[in-house]
Amino acid sequence: MIEIADLWKAFGPHQVLKGVSLRVERGSVVAIIGPSGSGKSTLLRCINLLEDPDRGCIRVGDREMHFGDSNRATPGDRELAAFRAATGMVFQHFNLFPHMTALHNVMAGPSIVRRLPGREAEDIARGLLAKVGLADKAAAYPSHLSGGQRQRVAIARALAMNPSVMLCDEVTSALDPELVGEVLGVIEQLAEEGMTMVIVTHEVAFAHEVADLVAFMSDGVIVESPPSQLLEHPENPRTRSFLARFHRFVGSFSGTQ
Amino acid sequence: MTGAGYTWDFSFLWAYRSLILTGLEVTIAYTIGTIVLGLVVGLVTGLLRLSRNPIITAPLVAYVEIFRCTPLLVQIVWFYYALPVVIGVDIPAHVAATLVLSLYTGAFYAEIIRGGVNSIERGQWDAARAIGMRRGQVMRHVILPQAVKRMIPPFMNQSIIQLKNTSLVSTIAVADLLYEGTIITAATYRPLEVYTMVAIIYFIVLFPLTIAAQQVERRLARAD
Repeated sequence: MIEIADLWKAFGPHQVLKGVSLRVERGSVVAIIGPSGSGKSTLLRCINLLEDPDRGCIRVGDREMHFGDSNRATPGDRELAAFRAATGMVFQHFNLFPHMTALHNVMAGPSIVRRLPGREAEDIARGLLAKVGLADKAAAYPSHLSGGQRQRVAIARALAMNPSVMLCDEVTSALDPELVGEVLGVIEQLAEEGMTMVIVTHEVAFAHEVADLVAFMSDGVIVESPPSQLLEHPENPRTRSFLARFHRFVGSFSGTQ
Repeated sequence: MTGAGYTWDFSFLWAYRSLILTGLEVTIAYTIGTIVLGLVVGLVTGLLRLSRNPIITAPLVAYVEIFRCTPLLVQIVWFYYALPVVIGVDIPAHVAATLVLSLYTGAFYAEIIRGGVNSIERGQWDAARAIGMRRGQVMRHVILPQAVKRMIPPFMNQSIIQLKNTSLVSTIAVADLLYEGTIITAATYRPLEVYTMVAIIYFIVLFPLTIAAQQVERRLARAD
């Protein structure tokens, strides 16, 4: 479903991705964990081309993009937009459109990008708001919603484009602890429905629970292994030290698992 | 003339009422006309300034900075007296006045528009692009609707200043309110009353506009 091969990305002199490769099968969920600044978010932003990789190859579904090959023309605005339309993305800070109601936020993709008639776009949007449990908030502006509600609207907005994969970038990091559950619940539901997802998260317990594969990322490269093995018996010393610090920080983590 | 010995007398001004009214009309016409033209110039300049191509932006930066960093009075005089020598074509006073006032205020509008667009969080672009919008669609449906709200207060302030700026065209004999004032002064030798009246007229026009601008600003702030 998603195949990333030897992806490189630098911001100025700072090399963020150093040859990342990753395969995500159709219907599977990959969680990416790792310390801040290890390149997790950059990787996610590269997958739907919000960042322009320097080198490497990205395939999502049957669309494929190559970078750093001087024989190929750089993809144009139209091509990039079409590629992004097929991959849904949810952000840490929601990034809802503040001048639109919840309903119009979700309708934005179907009506502006897919140019569906208003009635049809609205039906899709209302259906998705109901799916994330916010049917009654259709007319509310983002400023009148809680963080958890905003993030659920943002998930509905991404789903409205009927994406073949969903990318979630630390979607609970900006939430108050008591609101984390409602958002994770929606993500979990998507996973059960067979949505292909890549999730960058600090919720190690959640990654363990929902992901078929946990990839540990450190210093621009990926170390991957199945979740139970990675989380309970990490082999890579960097993974081990990261999780050790995390366990000490959370304290109760090992107890609840 | 000592301060104590002067007797104020505004009554003679009544005889010049049609001249004053004509002057006020000219002032308002230049204000509205150059605000509209300046807005067109500013909109095009401000939006093109967002381009990443230096071939497009460099000349626009030069235009904006030249007009922002030289006095308007100098610009008016230069366009009227110096530019005709450079290009070998006479420029009538009303053309020079319109051109300079529009370009001057357009430079400020351009910065207001550019600043408004740039003030919208990066995340709005990310979210709009992530659902597949193209650059123009992001601008039209997501960025501009939010940015315009932030541009309105500075736009209103700049436009209010523009009404006062038009008084400088009197230096090249465009018959605005201030110019008619100097004509009346020349005929009556009573500059104190004449310029007091001119000041009061500017104030009467502008004060309600500043109040209105404040109210709009307050309403926009509430709507956030």
